[in-house]
Amino acid sequence: MPNKTFFWFFLPTGLAMILFIGLPIISTGIQSFYAQHDQVVKEVKKCDPFGCTVSIVVDQEKTSKIREEKPLGKFNGFGTYVDRNHLAIEEIGKFWNETNTFGEFVDQVTNLPFYKALIFTLTYCLFVTPNVLLLGFIIALSLNAVTRRIRGPLIFGTILPMIVTPLVGSLVLFWMIDAEGIIGANLQMLMDDPYLSLKSSKTLTWITIIIYGIWHHSPFAFVVFYAALQTVPQEPVEAAIIDGASRWQRVRHIVLPHIYPVVTFVALISLMDNFRVFEPIIGFSAEGSAQSLSWLIYDNLVNEEVILFGSAAATSMMTIVGIAILLAPVLIRTWKEFRTAR
Amino acid sequence: MRETNMKKILISLLFLLFGNSAYADCNIKSGSINILANDFPALRTFVETAKGCKGSADFKVTHSSEHNKIAVPALTANPSEFSARIAANSSIVPLMNQDLIRPLDDLVKKYGKGIQDSQLITIDGKIMAVAFMANTQHLYYREDVLKELGIAVPKTYEEVVAASEKIRASGKMQYPYAAAYKAGWNLAEEFVNMYIGHGGEFFKAGTAQPSINNAKGVATLNMLKKLAGLSNPDYLTHDSEAIKVEWESGNVALMTLWASRSGTLLDDDGDAKITAATKLTGPATVAGGNIPAATLWWDGFTLAKNRSDADAEATFRALAHAAANKKMVADAADQAVWLIEGFKPGPKSIGVIEAVKMKAKPYPMLPQMGLMHGALGSEIVEFLQGKESAEQALKDVEAAYMSKAKEQGFL
Repeated sequence: MPNKTFFWFFLPTGLAMILFIGLPIISTGIQSFYAQHDQVVKEVKKCDPFGCTVSIVVDQEKTSKIREEKPLGKFNGFGTYVDRNHLAIEEIGKFWNETNTFGEFVDQVTNLPFYKALIFTLTYCLFVTPNVLLLGFIIALSLNAVTRRIRGPLIFGTILPMIVTPLVGSLVLFWMIDAEGIIGANLQMLMDDPYLSLKSSKTLTWITIIIYGIWHHSPFAFVVFYAALQTVPQEPVEAAIIDGASRWQRVRHIVLPHIYPVVTFVALISLMDNFRVFEPIIGFSAEGSAQSLSWLIYDNLVNEEVILFGSAAATSMMTIVGIAILLAPVLIRTWKEFRTAR
Repeated sequence: MRETNMKKILISLLFLLFGNSAYADCNIKSGSINILANDFPALRTFVETAKGCKGSADFKVTHSSEHNKIAVPALTANPSEFSARIAANSSIVPLMNQDLIRPLDDLVKKYGKGIQDSQLITIDGKIMAVAFMANTQHLYYREDVLKELGIAVPKTYEEVVAASEKIRASGKMQYPYAAAYKAGWNLAEEFVNMYIGHGGEFFKAGTAQPSINNAKGVATLNMLKKLAGLSNPDYLTHDSEAIKVEWESGNVALMTLWASRSGTLLDDDGDAKITAATKLTGPATVAGGNIPAATLWWDGFTLAKNRSDADAEATFRALAHAAANKKMVADAADQAVWLIEGFKPGPKSIGVIEAVKMKAKPYPMLPQMGLMHGALGSEIVEFLQGKESAEQALKDVEAAYMSKAKEQGFL
């Protein structure tokens, strides 16, 4: 496609992207550099049905003046980014000096909310993404080998996990693994341990969420792989059969190289999706044991009666940076291949 | 089960058809009324009563358990989405912090006939809200189980622990105790209750500096952990609704739960035997203290600042009609502990009445309290899971709070 045609073709999408993705990101970025003005408080008498007390409130007269002058708040630079609830630079320095062993240091660092969430998010990504690719590929291969007559219903059944809304899917599983649910109760019987609870143990909660993630995301990989498998040319495959290549050899040397670009694509999308893991944490009520970066943002915005825009914005920006870092190797590789292909 | 449900639906349909005519029309000529409220039976009754007097004004209501998440953004808009918000001690604070609600003095003078002085929430001499019901968390117990094992009704949390251990030892129930320990707001609320029961203060006097990392804080955490050990192992995922279900399945003999839930516990749904044996008592004290380990709450209405005076007036008149409605209070006597004149407390309001008698403290209405509550909800989880010490957990809470308070300009 000539560049000019491409430009006009892309223009509407590009504009929409700038409007709905670019500008909000810039606005979030700006917000992350600001904190609230210093609160002017005053002592007042408060009375309610249970009696009167002397208490403090925010002095609205004085505060509203400051707010009008600078509606964005107080410029804070990277203050929010480095505070204890985010990168915690100061605290980490202190831990480094105060702790004796490296293990102790790691314990202290992973006790900080941002790093706690980062570790869960990365663990989730690293376990879910490869398994989704593998499982999706295996299902696609198997379904491709099934006779055409039952393929339709089988495909429908396979993509069901993706059709089910993530929140509903996780809630269903949540009830099943309850100590009195079908999976939970049977596990207790199998393990002969009446105190076994998938929800109370941190490790088991992580495993549950990861398994749920694989279950939910595999159909996406499967659909894309299945479509790609339809484009594998039959001649080399037949030639390989005549040459006596085993099934595994055919997959390894013909099918995989052919669909390789698609694998990259699925890996990219899957990594991006998994880095933003959020719904299962809510669905499984797993806030206590598993927090992800997206959950931190949500927590700052809604879980407190005071909305922490600065904190939420800073975590959002760092999530974007995190995704960029994670995708960098794949992107660089694709770019290089693109260059050599030209 | 199904029949009683059908009956309920029929009754509510009849109520919808004919119910409103029972209330007097307050002759409101214009304006539009839009109310944001939490979702539980008493509030529905209250708003429905207000609707009965809407006259020719527009009337809309949003009942949502997610009301806290909507309130500040919706009232910040100008004009505000809602003309009124049903708030409580804690949820009025963010509205005050952001200057989103208006003083009601003039309206109370003009239209507030029948509202008692004790219902008025005044801050710095200005009326900011009109309360209509009270709430607290208190003990529920299974009379049959306690009697069978010869256990007296517990008055302190130490006795709750001893009683629960006895019930567990008897083999009757594996997890005899329940409270809403869901990580986040619920768990933090349990800490607040228990810490106040220990006589603790959340902040250094007159400042926003935290002061919970002390012996009282440690004792609070240890008591919470003891109770958690006697609860269903999934306690960190259990909110009020979940423990209500546990209770109704007969898995629990002692429970700390909101008074406003007693109505649904004692209704005809569920096992009649359990319902008959469900008894209420006041909140427990802890560590030899006099004041109960519980906080008192009021629910009341506030009016949005960013809304026309005409709308505010219409809204106030409708809501004031409900907030001074003796008929509503008599009809719905078992739905809540009404603060309205003419309320005769029934067996379902024992918890709140006892709490007030025992001089329970109201939930602290401080501008920075929401941040402390938020920090508590996430940072004490690891202590309960046995992953860190009480001192470390409290240190974490203070540190998390300080970062947030700095960002919000309180420190």
